[in-house]
Amino acid sequence: MKKATIQLETLTCPSCMLKIEGAVKALDGIDKESIKVSFNTSKVKLNFDEEKVSLEEIEKAITAVGYEVKKSQAK
Amino acid sequence: MQLYILRKKNSIALISGILIATAFINKWTVGNIDIFTWLLVIASVIGAAPIAIQAYQALKVKVVSIDVLVTIAVAGAFVIQNFEESAIVTFLFLFGAYLEQRTLNKTRSAIKELTEMAPESALKQMEDGEFVEVEVEEVDVGDVLLVKTGAKIPVDGTVLSGEGSINEASITGESIPVKKEKGSFVYAGTILDNGTIQIVADRVGEDTTFGKIIELVEEAQDSKSEAERFIDRFSKYYTPAVLVLSFIIWLISKDIELAITILVLGCPGALVIGVPVSNVAGIGNGARHGVLLKGSEVISDFSRVDTMIFDKTGTLTLGNPSVAEKEYYGDNIKEVLGYLASIERESDHLLAKAILEEIGETKFSPVEDTKVVKGGGIVATLEGHRIAVGNVALMERENVKLSEKAKASIDRFEKKGNSLVLTSVDGELKVLMGVRDQVRPGIKEDLRRLKKLGVKNLIMLSGDNQGTVDLVGRELGLTEAYGNMLPEDKSAYVKKLIEKEGKIVAFIGDGVNDSPSLALANIGIAMGSGTDVAIETSDVVLMNSDFSKLPHALGLTKAIARNMKQNIVIAVGVVLILLAGVLFSEWVNMSIGMLVHEGSILVVILNGMRLLRYRLR
Repeated sequence: MKKATIQLETLTCPSCMLKIEGAVKALDGIDKESIKVSFNTSKVKLNFDEEKVSLEEIEKAITAVGYEVKKSQAK
Repeated sequence: MQLYILRKKNSIALISGILIATAFINKWTVGNIDIFTWLLVIASVIGAAPIAIQAYQALKVKVVSIDVLVTIAVAGAFVIQNFEESAIVTFLFLFGAYLEQRTLNKTRSAIKELTEMAPESALKQMEDGEFVEVEVEEVDVGDVLLVKTGAKIPVDGTVLSGEGSINEASITGESIPVKKEKGSFVYAGTILDNGTIQIVADRVGEDTTFGKIIELVEEAQDSKSEAERFIDRFSKYYTPAVLVLSFIIWLISKDIELAITILVLGCPGALVIGVPVSNVAGIGNGARHGVLLKGSEVISDFSRVDTMIFDKTGTLTLGNPSVAEKEYYGDNIKEVLGYLASIERESDHLLAKAILEEIGETKFSPVEDTKVVKGGGIVATLEGHRIAVGNVALMERENVKLSEKAKASIDRFEKKGNSLVLTSVDGELKVLMGVRDQVRPGIKEDLRRLKKLGVKNLIMLSGDNQGTVDLVGRELGLTEAYGNMLPEDKSAYVKKLIEKEGKIVAFIGDGVNDSPSLALANIGIAMGSGTDVAIETSDVVLMNSDFSKLPHALGLTKAIARNMKQNIVIAVGVVLILLAGVLFSEWVNMSIGMLVHEGSILVVILNGMRLLRYRLR
């Protein structure tokens, strides 16, 4: 399990959070309990299994629902 | 393509605005209805594109978002060929989103300022002894770094060589230069105003004090209170419910216009955004003023506090007691002071430190048979003499006779608020010392402000003797003051107030000795010197142990709580007025609904922004 912190463009609507959460949840290898989308800091934090899913795939899923990824980091 | 359209959202809003303006100018001047209609159709289509894309993306992950509601409403307007409405609604929605983004960035600015203070690079000493600029992530514990004038300290570390003065505003909130020399501790994120120093890295990255503060503040802004979680759950079902409702209305009334108006009016906007906005602006204000508030639950509890309990030493007082009075009896005092110092050297009691400082350089002798008398002092044997160091009770136990002169002095010292340390050699009183801790300057004014802010009970608990405690209590005008309290007595007292008397209690302490009380109190406030456990265990941290920030903290949380309530009232009120308008009058249509909806969002954001400028008067 790795811990990812993904910085997004500024989020403006709280319902964005539901969308992002939904997009990430749909991926395989994500610890669903750990997903935390923060509205004010515009960050997504989650734990993922690096054997099942890569950070790039997570980013792609977020971009696909319309949010730009500014920076990401996993450790 | 989808991303491209989304990125150009702001330009689309602008174009659609121009198209709508042109359409209306045309209508009022030339009066060509065809051109008017076509301009509005184009404006609707390009304006609806980004909204529809967002709606589609939301539906893909099974979320009914506001975009979905608006998209359906616009489609409905198209069906009944009301292009005026569809164009204006899409424009207002996009333009509103743009304004929201701008203003939201403002409310988040205080915290952004803080995170931008994070150091980015460092001059690291390489194997060949040269200093090379590297990214701060590449610095490890133990690396030697060079910091030049004007640069940021990249990590928490210790000064190896050189000296300079540092502005520690990012940690303490005070922009007063602090002098640093060899052996001084320096904090990441602080700025070297002048001088050049070399430091060795002790803590890096997220482990530094600055890193911890940022993480804490970031988490605090997004932490949710019970009420917010309720709103979140509510909005999850609310939007689909609005969709269903408008569908039912359409089925019953066959009035598409009414159904799509309901869709637009039902958009949850101000309600979901109002509380987080107050939260982020308020916590940002605190962070700027050296007050760390850990989340919105803390804010709501803290704003209702009616009882504040203070630890004495280090909280109400400065916490470094010194010998204020002394009296010697008989001869060979030099020798006795040597004995006293030898015994105190082995103790880590605060009083011992003060006494050692007072005695200064002396001859130490080996201490044997040390016995600690609980609640009394220490008895030991030195060079064949039986020495007792402690309070009056210990002297009585040791059958030390106190002369009239000594008794009078003891009385006098105690009345002045001293803690007494008596030393006897072979049953004879030799030294009497009065140790006193000074109250913090300006604390009376701070306490008066707390009272003015509505704190009814100001209570002091201390391990010190009741005489000293009474004296400080009277001097500061506290409601109650209790002495001779062990840490477990303090926590039992806190528990009693909360459970038996139903008080909302804040406990203010140094965060180490008082951790049980800090944890038990409704609000634990740590006087953190910007470090350590205090930051992690408490609900509120006063940076740099600055007591004067406490009134600001309390006033601020009250302001935040008020602000949240105002925002909720605004949000709910607007929805109610609009609904009443739809049901009982003619003036509400889709465009006005959208205008009021976006307007109310901006109003709650602007209202939240006022918190950024909050100051205690």
